[in-house]
Amino acid sequence: MKVRAVIKLKAGVLDPQGEAIRHALGTLGFDGIEDVRQGKIIELVLAEPDAQRAEAEVQQMCEALLANTVIESYEVELP
Amino acid sequence: MKAAVLVFPGSNCDRDLATAFQNAGFKVEMVWHKDVELPAGVDIVGVPGGFSFGDYLRSGAIAARSPIVGALMTHVRKGGHAIGICNGFQVLLETGLLPGALMRNAGIRFICKPVELEVATTSSNFTRGYAQGTTAIFPVAHRDGNYQATEEIRTALSAEDRIAFRYKSDINGSVDRIAGILSENRRVLGLMPHPERAADPVLGLTDGAVLFNACSAAAANA
Repeated sequence: MKVRAVIKLKAGVLDPQGEAIRHALGTLGFDGIEDVRQGKIIELVLAEPDAQRAEAEVQQMCEALLANTVIESYEVELP
Repeated sequence: MKAAVLVFPGSNCDRDLATAFQNAGFKVEMVWHKDVELPAGVDIVGVPGGFSFGDYLRSGAIAARSPIVGALMTHVRKGGHAIGICNGFQVLLETGLLPGALMRNAGIRFICKPVELEVATTSSNFTRGYAQGTTAIFPVAHRDGNYQATEEIRTALSAEDRIAFRYKSDINGSVDRIAGILSENRRVLGLMPHPERAADPVLGLTDGAVLFNACSAAAANA
């Protein structure tokens, strides 16, 4: 079972890397970018065949390690 | 008096920290991250700077889940002292022993230079040796030193006098120019600047020695 955790900075948390990307895109001539937010995607392959249980397990992983819930939010997707 | 210095793969300030503790009168034991117990009779645990586990996932995230951290949590819960410097501060935040998070510097760049710090409280076993309002100079060397916390945490830190050090001028975007904070019981200190790199006349800076001497004075009186 393939499960994907999408980890983003929470709304309102300043994203210096996103800001640097926005600047660089501007330098390349991409105009009109109002905001850039970056994050990370972690893809896991689990032995668990049940989708609901796999999703719940990855949610626990996000809470325990994959996301820092002080500054990050996460979504678990079953692609 | 005994200090333990934790060592992770990628720690690179562990020996500097051990030397600073030794010069302040501590007997020092290095403790590998896979150990599950601290040596008996440890007064203070030092979590050193560096790039534990290559800063993979997030700075300090993997180290904060390593086996020795269970023993660190027990030590702190029993009222033991701990200091986390730079990557060590990141580790302490990831364990939840200290509140908030350290993000990428506002200017993106790695900053490596001596900086002026305001000693924001002298009411702790780490900062007791400084005169109130003193300026101390410690080097910084970090890319993820931008301290962020919720309004609630910021208010608590300020109301409870738990901000130990502030940058005299903003270098990395940290809220309230916070460079170091104390735990609720004031026995855990996390800070981004490196007092252990400013604790010997040979290094040209000595303000950090005051901090380690205060730690040994507290351990001697315990």
